[in-house]
Amino acid sequence: MIADEKYIFKPQTKQKLIILIVVGLLLFAIGVFMAQNGGHHEAAEKHASTEIAKELLASTEPAQHDVAHTPAEGHHGSPIWLKRIYTSLWQNNIFFAGIGIIGLFFIAIQYAAQAGWSAPIKRIPLAIGHWIPVAGVLTVILWFLVKGDIFHWTDASLYTKGSEHYDKILVGKRAYFFGPFNEGSFPIFYLVRMVLFFGLWFMFFNWIKKQMLAEDINGGTSYWLASRKLSAYFLVIFAVSSSVAAWDWVMSIDPHWFSTMFGWYVFASWWVTGLATITLIVANLKGAGYLKVVTQNHIHDLGKFVFAFSIFWTYIWFCQFMLIYYANLPEETVYFIQRMRNAPYSWIFYLNIFLNFVLPFLLLMTRDAKRQVSMLKVVCPIVIVGHWFDFYNMITPGAMKMEGGIGLLEIGLGLVFAGAFLFVILQALSKLQLVAKNHPFMQESLNHHI
Amino acid sequence: MESNKNFIVGIFEDEDVLLHAVEHTREKGLKIHEVYSPFPVHGLDEALGYKRSRLPIAAFLFGMTGTSLALLMQIWMLGYDWPMIIGGKNHASLPPFIPVTFEMTVLLAAFGMVGTFFIASDMKPYKWPRQFDLRSTDDKHVVAVDLAANKMSKEEISALLKSQGASEVNEKNF
Repeated sequence: MIADEKYIFKPQTKQKLIILIVVGLLLFAIGVFMAQNGGHHEAAEKHASTEIAKELLASTEPAQHDVAHTPAEGHHGSPIWLKRIYTSLWQNNIFFAGIGIIGLFFIAIQYAAQAGWSAPIKRIPLAIGHWIPVAGVLTVILWFLVKGDIFHWTDASLYTKGSEHYDKILVGKRAYFFGPFNEGSFPIFYLVRMVLFFGLWFMFFNWIKKQMLAEDINGGTSYWLASRKLSAYFLVIFAVSSSVAAWDWVMSIDPHWFSTMFGWYVFASWWVTGLATITLIVANLKGAGYLKVVTQNHIHDLGKFVFAFSIFWTYIWFCQFMLIYYANLPEETVYFIQRMRNAPYSWIFYLNIFLNFVLPFLLLMTRDAKRQVSMLKVVCPIVIVGHWFDFYNMITPGAMKMEGGIGLLEIGLGLVFAGAFLFVILQALSKLQLVAKNHPFMQESLNHHI
Repeated sequence: MESNKNFIVGIFEDEDVLLHAVEHTREKGLKIHEVYSPFPVHGLDEALGYKRSRLPIAAFLFGMTGTSLALLMQIWMLGYDWPMIIGGKNHASLPPFIPVTFEMTVLLAAFGMVGTFFIASDMKPYKWPRQFDLRSTDDKHVVAVDLAANKMSKEEISALLKSQGASEVNEKNF
């Protein structure tokens, strides 16, 4: 029924990706050089806005430690340029880790919903899932590298009674990070969660992948049924772990601040980015002559996914913003004030909504737009870049306070990560059958018509 | 006003036969008034040559009307007619208006679409639909051909439908 089809990872493509990584590294190096030499002028210009922000922060924080960390009173930890590297590394890592895990989540949803239409494209999210182990290793290593500069709560002096940094609020939250250990020592509970989540995701990825590949050889419905069962378990685990991961890896950067929408917010951002990535890869493979069984109807479904979940993300964004705006509690509004009122962040804050809601909403509204590969090739990159900015907006203002910037350094690192990510998943894709051979719903999908 | 209309009604048992019959008779120049089936038949719209509905455009326009009306209403009420300070916010501040605006957009788009659909398909009170064959609500597919719209004679149309697999062909006058 389905001819053997394999993606060939051509040397030219590899070369292009390596060039992308090298260009990224070059931009990164130039960016670091510029940040090392030119950073201080900007700091002086920002002084005025810093003063305002300081007052706001001071009025909201019972303890004074955050004020002590604003640039006017000297740096804490690494120099600004190094902090920028750490922040950008962490942002890119979390962003791409999310796309990887969404690969598996997409497959799990298809099985759990007994979806037929997606049968010929499931190998693309499967390939994307190969980033999960890489992301897991990177996250653990990077965490130890960046913790002192990004994760303020790791500072032991916050928990010492009588210390000038003593922070009552964080002492209250200590068990969540340090578990049974002494506060300010080794955050065992936090790290166990990190390893556990990546471990679980990777295990489920392997189990489901094993079923999918065995189906190619032996056929029958037993593999599909086993995959559905695994997917159902995974979805329950992912519902909890994705939320907790969002608190741990992103929300704890602003350790005083909290939002009950945050787990959903990070998930929505990951999910729509992952969908755009899947769509973009399918569109490009189709353009290169692969995936002959994929018709406009499958493309339409993917387009609807990107369209709908761009709106879903906006809905979550607004739910978080609206409640904080209306309740007007200083301990909550500080998060948005930091992002909306200050020079390097405010344009990103508004750009975020423009790229992730206004553009996809208007460009993908009509049926024809969703069915055109050329239109999706325009919208998907917009959504992916938009959510890269979304993660910048979540992570950098919290980690860098007023010292953050966006320039060649951040863009360069983004390109390096993108190149490495594509390299890993295309390598994985070239080792798989591009289209499942004995998928029980394949016939349904070939006749899919909307 | 629609009296004295003559129709030839072909009854089909199977949806695949029906689908091919519709394709072939249309190729031969037969103009089909309408097809009635007890369940949706995939591909029938294309076989009948129906153009895509323009209802989504109406929905968009109604939706935009809802958006603007909601915004105007709230800005006028809370900004000009009866300004109130709520939670220390500006009189006319955008974020709290969004939920109402969203609801009004959905409401007007939905109502507008239903209304447009009723008008476009000529459904109104005391207008009863023509029943070509009651069995189309049970297990038969019914192809109605308007005699006045076709150049072929009754006999030719009957023969054509029969040759394409109609189990029976009747005449129906309204």
